[in-house]
Amino acid sequence: MEVLGWGGILARMAVQFTPVWVAMVAVVAVSIPFRRRLGLYGKLFDSPVGMVGFAIVLFWLFTALFADLIATHDPLAQVSRMRNVVPGTPLPNPDGRYEYYLLGGDSLARDVFSRMVMGAREVLKIAPAATLFAFMIGITLGLPAGYFGGRLDSALTFVANLVLAFPVILLFYLLVTPEIIETGIPMYMAAVLFLMPIVFLTVLFNARYFMQPVKRALYIGTVLVIGLWAYAGLAFNADPLGVWGMSPNLLNVFVAVVFVNAPTVFRIVRGLTLDIQSRDYVAAAQTRGESPAYVMLWEILPNARGPLIVDFCLRIGYTTILLGTLGFFGLGVSPESPDWGSTINDGRRLLTAFPHAALVPAFALMSLVLGLNLLADGLREESLRD
Amino acid sequence: MIRFLARRVGTMLLTALCLTFIVFFLTNMDARLETLAKTQGSVRMTDAEVQSWIVRNGYDRPILVRYGEWLGVVPGWTREEADGTLRGRCVDHAAVPAEAARFCGVLQGYWGYSTRFNDPVGKVIATRLGATGWLMLWVMIVMVPSALAVGVLAGMREGSRTDRTLSTGAIVTTATPEYVSGVVFIALFASSTVGLSPLLREWGLLDAPVLFQGNARSAIDRITFWNFTLPVMTIALYGMGYIARMTRASMTEVMTQQYIRTARLKGASFASIVLKHALRNALIAPFTVIMLQFPWLLNGVVIVEVLFSYPGFGWTLVEAAGNNDIELLLACAVVAVAVVLTTQLISDVGYVWLNPRIRIS
Repeated sequence: MEVLGWGGILARMAVQFTPVWVAMVAVVAVSIPFRRRLGLYGKLFDSPVGMVGFAIVLFWLFTALFADLIATHDPLAQVSRMRNVVPGTPLPNPDGRYEYYLLGGDSLARDVFSRMVMGAREVLKIAPAATLFAFMIGITLGLPAGYFGGRLDSALTFVANLVLAFPVILLFYLLVTPEIIETGIPMYMAAVLFLMPIVFLTVLFNARYFMQPVKRALYIGTVLVIGLWAYAGLAFNADPLGVWGMSPNLLNVFVAVVFVNAPTVFRIVRGLTLDIQSRDYVAAAQTRGESPAYVMLWEILPNARGPLIVDFCLRIGYTTILLGTLGFFGLGVSPESPDWGSTINDGRRLLTAFPHAALVPAFALMSLVLGLNLLADGLREESLRD
Repeated sequence: MIRFLARRVGTMLLTALCLTFIVFFLTNMDARLETLAKTQGSVRMTDAEVQSWIVRNGYDRPILVRYGEWLGVVPGWTREEADGTLRGRCVDHAAVPAEAARFCGVLQGYWGYSTRFNDPVGKVIATRLGATGWLMLWVMIVMVPSALAVGVLAGMREGSRTDRTLSTGAIVTTATPEYVSGVVFIALFASSTVGLSPLLREWGLLDAPVLFQGNARSAIDRITFWNFTLPVMTIALYGMGYIARMTRASMTEVMTQQYIRTARLKGASFASIVLKHALRNALIAPFTVIMLQFPWLLNGVVIVEVLFSYPGFGWTLVEAAGNNDIELLLACAVVAVAVVLTTQLISDVGYVWLNPRIRIS
């Protein structure tokens, strides 16, 4: 068989991505008729920039979801005589496997296309969740710091600035290593950091349903049961049912990324709180005799949601870049891992001779971050409009 | 103003103290010391040999004491070996061991000895920082004017086609981290088999094998357009988008001000409005952004220096971290923290100086 031309490669890739196209069309088709009732998300469809960004993000989201269907080969399987082959090279003897290496082979004769697709899953498994945790922590600490001020504020701000003054790469080199995992420091950090979301949700519901004991017991009970169950599994790897769990390596990376992101979120939330605190509706709630927790979580926080949602999108992109940096320096990932940062790092050794192995994950990473940035831009534009 | 500065400097010192202690603590954990012993001695050392190496080189004492020694507030350790030679923190690298000072730490200007490069840390850091200084200088020369120009051009007519194109370009560059753009640049310009170089050679436009060099090691001796373009462009590109977007935001805000309308009504030309009335006020906000960009540049410098194997500060940091070179790593941390905190201070002070409406109380 002959080597495929670029037209053939693109056509075959488009066919492989069929599940993604179907899912994307389904999402858009369902969303557009109801967009007037979907709030900020619905308004996104009015902004061309936001739409493009949303489409790119959806593409990678569904790619990660359907990675098993899309990938043409096992991302770790090596096929003889396929080392460093150019995109579109046919396999010497397929034996029922997919006939081509669509985007070529890497230096260990693995399929670049399949690794890129599986890499999307690796990245999207961590980045959004880590960003969400960073936000929960930033909000839990930033609201009281801005609301109460004083000593608490000074202490928390000092700690946040301390972390921010650290060069990120030095921090990663110190925190994401096998030796650190042995000492258990990531576990202790996880024990503290992962407690914050539970505290956040408990206080959130407690403040709201203070006067409705039944609802309050129900919500807080649910949060505590699920939260502590996940907490035991994620932080200590001690889930009795084995549903929640993270390998020590993954936990280390996760904790490091959350730790780097949380202080920035803290600063943003603190700033927004200081700004919103002087509004009339806050004074009204205080006069009504609402508790500080209620004022912070149900008066200030909902009114700060616009900038926070925009920053959330940007921050997922930034977290993706950070994960890529970790992979680029070979920190915290297994050498076989198909995540984009480490594939770029593997590919750069032979960059001048066989650039495809590094360029494919590089463009994948760039397009995902670009999609998130465009989405954030569209959201900012639309949220400023009213 | 003086009180403000004094308080800021105090916070800075406290921050630096905390950070160096954290770095000290993390690099001096038992597992790390074992790694250090094995890289310094031999890989096949037994546990007992590792222990004796640690004791012999003074790493077995309480961490606070050793941190104090590094700072220079606790006298350095000394010990007489079995064969009568004097060993100790201050003694090992002194010219005349018997006359070595009792205290030797950062406060005395002694930064320690690099186990990776077998040289005093102060010397290593100074030469590497010099190399990075050149890189930073060229990055600034390329990045700041072009970012400001893009921002001003985009912001002076909000919503125009120029604005849309430039803004989209700025978003694209902020979405391209250094390790992506660097890889793309090398594949495009620095490969003799793919990208632009073979094409240009075929057309007879290029004599050299490649358009630009993908390895900047030779720039240590002599910086040329040929070997320095790619690293500089890689760092500048990522920072440029962000500064340009900030400049654009500030410029669009200024262009809606009353005094711009007044200037327009009085019949001033568009060029003179932009250059004389808008520009100065629009550049206040980007000044802070550029200053706060330094810590980010530091990150970019590390990635780019590793990618282009340019032995500067970032490359040294990675080498020190990879080999657990404790004192070199501490010095790197001090430099990095000093850069971050000083630029923060300059940005605050400069903001007040540029914008007389703000007073520090």
